[in-house]
Amino acid sequence: MSTASEKEPWFSKQNLKLLTNPLNWENPITVQVLGICSALAVTVQIKPAIVMALSVTVVTAFANLIISSLRNTIPARIRIIVQLVVIAALVIVVDQLLKAYVYDVSKKLSVFVGLIITNCILMGRLEAYAMANKPWKSFLDGIGNGLGYGLILVTVAFIRELTGSGKFFGMKIIPQSFYDMGYADNGLMILPPMALITIGVIIWIHRSRNKALIEK
Amino acid sequence: MHSNKYIFIYSSVMVVLVAIVLTVIAVQLKPAQENNIRVEKMKNILTAVNIEADAANAEALYKKHISEDFVVNSKGDKIEGANAFQIDIALENKKSSEKRQLPVYVCTTEKGDKLFVVPMRGKGLWGPIWGYVSFRSDFNTIAGTMFDHKGETPGLGAEIDTRVFQKQFIGKKIFDETGKFVSVKAKKGGAPKDDLHGVDAISGGTITSNGLSDMLISGISVYEAYFKKQQKTE
Repeated sequence: MSTASEKEPWFSKQNLKLLTNPLNWENPITVQVLGICSALAVTVQIKPAIVMALSVTVVTAFANLIISSLRNTIPARIRIIVQLVVIAALVIVVDQLLKAYVYDVSKKLSVFVGLIITNCILMGRLEAYAMANKPWKSFLDGIGNGLGYGLILVTVAFIRELTGSGKFFGMKIIPQSFYDMGYADNGLMILPPMALITIGVIIWIHRSRNKALIEK
Repeated sequence: MHSNKYIFIYSSVMVVLVAIVLTVIAVQLKPAQENNIRVEKMKNILTAVNIEADAANAEALYKKHISEDFVVNSKGDKIEGANAFQIDIALENKKSSEKRQLPVYVCTTEKGDKLFVVPMRGKGLWGPIWGYVSFRSDFNTIAGTMFDHKGETPGLGAEIDTRVFQKQFIGKKIFDETGKFVSVKAKKGGAPKDDLHGVDAISGGTITSNGLSDMLISGISVYEAYFKKQQKTE
């Protein structure tokens, strides 16, 4: 441990990059291609997408923090199991808290909260980052990746809710006159295949604007 | 490289610690969670009699409007000493019809009318669906409904939990002119406006709609004896 890094301010430029990079250059969904499964499942409406994004952010951040604090004691041979136990424990805590304090939302998310355990972002970040970095940085990395995941989730949910059911946050926003003129909601947008295609289009746009991301 | 002994001790300690932490949290949060479930049930019953409640005022409104509850058996007789609110419909559904305890909640409206609410539970596409249906004192006309589900497809089958869908049932009748039980069905392609025994099913949610129709039949038919008895005494 060098003294220079200990003196590093909490929100140094380098640390802030941990928060902002996953929003763009290292986005977990569009660049690392992690967590696609849940991105397809919970993006029919915006509200569940937001709660899911928050839950994943909390779990990723604290799992990163805990694993990073323990990283020097974890036996390499069982590290995946240790990571899984930490993630599973955190997910259960989040699930219990939702059930106790925001019962309505927990009812909506029911199965998806449990599925955070299998979200590849968590394992991906723990293996790739938390096992090799200090707790505070890992914590920021977790928050950053959770937000990056959430950004895509909410974008996709916005597109799907608007085109699939003409709503925004559950409120009808496409005026009735449109329907009278022959406009119809696209039922296909509600189904998972269109989420995959929507994410594909987002990845396409993202790469065409960031030439550095294009693989040779 | 860590020794095997270290790995064993490490994993054992970790598992025990995690177990303790989770147990403490689960025990601490249990009262709040159980209260949520209780309030949710009150809210659902109130929705079935068309009273909008939220988590904050559900308990007070329930006390005000739900004047009594009791339990009947499949022959239509009251069972004394049973607690209607505590009955788990999922468990009752598994019993043979003679052994079932059937809760009835009575709501007295502001005008002094009595509405009778019965709970039910069935199967949707992905998992259980459940609901409450309230009847006017003719034990034939539906006064209101409330349906909910565990995990039906959002935007399709999940639409059964919207008020727009539920309000379609108001005024429908479960017995035909001859007094035969015909229930109310969610009809694919839409029900004619003057159909007293049908409502529009949900487009794209056919299996959920059918599950709901089946639930109405099985859920209401067990009360048939009780309803008939009441109609005679009227």
